[in-house]
Amino acid sequence: MKEIAIVGFQQSNSVSDAGAVNEVEMIMPVLSRIFQQVGINNAQDVGFVCSGSCDYLQGAAFAFVAGVDALGAVPPIKESHVEMDAAWALYESILKIRMGHADSALIYGFGKSSPGELPIVMSQQLDPYYLAPLWVDSISLAALQARLMLDQGLITERDMAEVVSQSRRNAMNNPHAQLAGDVAPDDVLAQEMYLSPLRKADICPVSDGASAMIIATVEKAKEWGLPYAIISGIDHCIETHNLGMRDLTDSVSTRTAAKRAGMGAGPVEVAELYAPFSHQEIILSRALGLGDETLINPSGGVLAGNLMMASGLSRIGEVFNRIVSGEVQRGIAHATSGPCLQHNLVTVLEKA
Amino acid sequence: MANLAAVVGIGQTKYMTRRLDVSIAGLVREAAVNALQDADLTWDDIDAVILGKAPDMFEGVIMPEAYLTDALGCNGKPMLRVHTAGSVGGSTALVAASHVQSGMFKRVLTVSFEKQSESNAMWALSNPQPFSTHLNAGAGGYFAPIIREYMRRSNAPYDVGIKVAVKDRLHGARNPLAHLQKPDITMQEVEESFMLWDPIRFLEACPSSDGACAMIIANEELADKASKKPAWIRGVAMRSEPTMYAGRDEVNPQAGRDCAADVYKQAGITNPRKDLDCAEVYVPFSWYEPMWLENLGFAPEGEGWKLTMEGATSLDEGGDIPWNCSGGVLSSNAIGASGMIRFAEAARQVRGDAGAHQVEGAKLALGHAYGGGAQFYAMWVVGSEKP
Repeated sequence: MKEIAIVGFQQSNSVSDAGAVNEVEMIMPVLSRIFQQVGINNAQDVGFVCSGSCDYLQGAAFAFVAGVDALGAVPPIKESHVEMDAAWALYESILKIRMGHADSALIYGFGKSSPGELPIVMSQQLDPYYLAPLWVDSISLAALQARLMLDQGLITERDMAEVVSQSRRNAMNNPHAQLAGDVAPDDVLAQEMYLSPLRKADICPVSDGASAMIIATVEKAKEWGLPYAIISGIDHCIETHNLGMRDLTDSVSTRTAAKRAGMGAGPVEVAELYAPFSHQEIILSRALGLGDETLINPSGGVLAGNLMMASGLSRIGEVFNRIVSGEVQRGIAHATSGPCLQHNLVTVLEKA
Repeated sequence: MANLAAVVGIGQTKYMTRRLDVSIAGLVREAAVNALQDADLTWDDIDAVILGKAPDMFEGVIMPEAYLTDALGCNGKPMLRVHTAGSVGGSTALVAASHVQSGMFKRVLTVSFEKQSESNAMWALSNPQPFSTHLNAGAGGYFAPIIREYMRRSNAPYDVGIKVAVKDRLHGARNPLAHLQKPDITMQEVEESFMLWDPIRFLEACPSSDGACAMIIANEELADKASKKPAWIRGVAMRSEPTMYAGRDEVNPQAGRDCAADVYKQAGITNPRKDLDCAEVYVPFSWYEPMWLENLGFAPEGEGWKLTMEGATSLDEGGDIPWNCSGGVLSSNAIGASGMIRFAEAARQVRGDAGAHQVEGAKLALGHAYGGGAQFYAMWVVGSEKP
């Protein structure tokens, strides 16, 4: 099977409110930067384009259509879209390259979450007959999950605070981060409760922004003469939607996806995990069996800024950046979708 | 070169205004179970599920794959949700095919749906947006001026659309799954139906339907062993262009022409009217048949309407290139599924499994879908023979 190389990654700053900037205006600078990074002019110079976005963030049907305006799609291009995080747009693009219908692909994701009430909006992702009418917001569901873990003695509030502290400190080295600082676990624990047992710091912020990636066959990457990292495995797995029917303190689908993606075939030096809540980083790292030899979320993760529909792709981009800079040789990236980590994708990246 | 793939199972629901007897989950499951039965397979034989539907705002369920995984037997497997506007049913079939054509999967299930009785498409499509013209007219209002421009350019007689409306409903009367059942429809009845968006009359527009369509796509090894005759995928193509740009031809969009050229090249088609035995083409408003006949190369520019008027696209008139034998979108429109229904009906024809709307001896068929402001295209060609 064709090896896939990542040749470029760009992300916008994660900001709490992009103001009057619309979705196209959010995408455009990221795209021009990635075209510059790869040394191409526009989407005409890649074989396929795939994006990830969510109509409900914009409050309009076909919100992604405007995204096409940012591409320079004249003459027409081969283009598709997933109503999912752009990590799954990457997945679709890999299929397209492996079937021989493209030698390269541009992937981008974008989300402007600030105009709406994101946690409430996401309640409409639940079963429309039995759960959505209750308007259970995403933070409340995560709080129930954290409460289960605390009650079972699987974590302590200090464990959660340590995740937050590490995220804030790591984010100090991430110029795109929205929340960063020298925050100690005790500082977190001193915060008042927001939605018990979650403090505000345990919850990822609401952010606006976009990210983009370019992948190619190894031959094309060499032709472009660019440093690249190899995607040696990618897999994803979904679990039941009924929250009462799965063990919320574990993430079986993450473990399954990682196994199928071949995570265990070598050391994991770095892991970027899409954990929108502090306790979920603990669930994920335990599900993956990550230990002290793995650097977790050196970017600060999404607790430092959460670009809806792009954060999963950004996790992969963060690991790519560390591999091409020579910092590490091998790492994994994780993306999630659905309430309480229902659907998970794991990508294994290696030095070329 | 892509790995070979074929359709080995097809399942649809009956299309109708309101399926009050099932939930959204029940609707998609019904189509999926029908596809599994058609292929003589069980849930365990499926490696991944690829779901498609039109905007989430229609039913008001965000990213419904999260909720539908249980109904579609996908727990523990990969699930992907495609959304490419009205072309989505076709795009979803193509993304499902790419799972197999890439060599990464052996056999996948793809499902698309719309439950319009639990939604309000007019509202969802007309939401005002900052800095954008507020159409407040739905899809028909958007396409009517483009149709009028086609009529002006081609000097087509005023009743071409009426003829298409009759022809597709007569086709639909042969298909028990079709939503509209109008075996006695006449040109006069269509002409006398009220004007919705000039020149589109009520009976020249598609209905609003509930329904779902499912297909099982397998690799060569499994398709060779399939219980029923497979439909081999001979070509796949997608194209997109912006909604608006200087010089855009909205009547005969470049993206549609490019997409057709791409899929024909893969399937070895040089003369679509001659080489293909039939086509299932996305015609939600009657006049889009002559327009797409030209865009897809079945007729020279400005002459598509002549094929329609000669009866070339009619099964009942013994036409040489029947279009939309199932009744098409004009007979059933479960929006998110409509593109996939075109793809599935093309596959049914080459499997020789299309019942009363079968084109005798069909060997090669085109499935077509378009969406947005006629800017997104998805097409495939399926054949009875392995390429």
